[in-house]
Amino acid sequence: MANTMDFSLVSPERSLVSGPVSEVQIPGTDGDLTAMPGHAPMITTLRPGLLHISGPNGEDDYVVTGGFAEISAEGVTVLAERALHQKEMTQDILNDWVVEARKAWKDATDDNAVAHTAKLLADMVAMGTHVGLDPDHANYYE
Amino acid sequence: MPSLKDLKNRIASVKSTRKITKAMQMVAAAKLRRAQEAAEAARPYAERFDAVLGQLAASVGGSDTGPKLLSGTGKDDVHMLVVITAERGLCGGFNTNIVKKAKQKIRELKAAGKTVKILTVGKKGREQLRREYSDAMVGHIDLSGIKSLGYVNAQDITRDLLNRFDEGEFDVATIFYASFQSVIAQTPTAMQVIPAQFDAQDGETTGPLYEYEPSEEAILADLLPRGIATQIFAALLENAASEQGARMSAMDNATRNAGEMIDKLTIQYNRSRQAVITNELIEIISGAEAL
Repeated sequence: MANTMDFSLVSPERSLVSGPVSEVQIPGTDGDLTAMPGHAPMITTLRPGLLHISGPNGEDDYVVTGGFAEISAEGVTVLAERALHQKEMTQDILNDWVVEARKAWKDATDDNAVAHTAKLLADMVAMGTHVGLDPDHANYYE
Repeated sequence: MPSLKDLKNRIASVKSTRKITKAMQMVAAAKLRRAQEAAEAARPYAERFDAVLGQLAASVGGSDTGPKLLSGTGKDDVHMLVVITAERGLCGGFNTNIVKKAKQKIRELKAAGKTVKILTVGKKGREQLRREYSDAMVGHIDLSGIKSLGYVNAQDITRDLLNRFDEGEFDVATIFYASFQSVIAQTPTAMQVIPAQFDAQDGETTGPLYEYEPSEEAILADLLPRGIATQIFAALLENAASEQGARMSAMDNATRNAGEMIDKLTIQYNRSRQAVITNELIEIISGAEAL
């Protein structure tokens, strides 16, 4: 069994990563999962979170929100609506995202949408804490 | 017959026009390259998204319980036309061609007794459509302040469109834009986005059987709006590249025409200058002879 697989992380505007990796931790909507070579083919949607990859070129973290990951025999493809290297993630960007998520949650009307946006907001905040930024900072901007 | 001074002024003014069109052509060329790169960079995402959604749609969409965005409202009465044009003119027939395509569709729909609503993106299309169909215009999205198109812009348009769809404002949405063939050829294109259509690759459905987390339906519901945003984003980028291509060739033509005009005017100027000199000589000679 090969110990690496092809991995690519693509956002609508550009392709961020493409190359061999040995392990990818994906923040799925229903929980984190780790894909390694030979994983069963699956498709999962993403929640806002950290995507951790480790491979021959070292380890790396990316912040991703919205989109999905496709795991197939050939490798893993992550299509994220927004994707940034962890180093590019700043308090300002997080503030914008949290404010946006909060607004979506406030604007939501039917129960389904409220639950959905509330989870999105919670995930966003958790992701902020995870990368060492202050998620509540965004409160001051309202 | 214009005087020498008039001709001289005329030549000077055409020369400065040529300088401007030449500069605009070069600017458009540079912007075209960037727009093409952006469209190129967006392609992998759009292609994967389309493929996966195609698969999902093929397995879920057939049933009546599928999301409305995919199966439609079951009616075909109200059509929303999203006309994407440029914010600026001076790009040949670019905007007019898109609007013409949209108008043709509007006439067809009206002849078939459907209601037509128009959402414009880009100032030029709104100006042209407003004259004839001001009562059908339901909205306008302004992109004039935006330097480089981002996915956010596509998201804004999609959000607007989906809100209207949720409120039952229309049954079918079609976007009009110019797809980029080459610098000299941009084809006005109509693409239906709601109910969504994806290139379902029949060959690939026999590929690996995916596990879905959460369920197929939930994934589809989550991804469909994003898929539409992706399609709109791709259309926006193509349109931007087409606009710059159209402007480049329009300005190239203008520069060449200005050059021809300068040549013609210069010949005319020289001829009348010679005529003036000849006239003066005749006057001097005949004056001398009279003495």
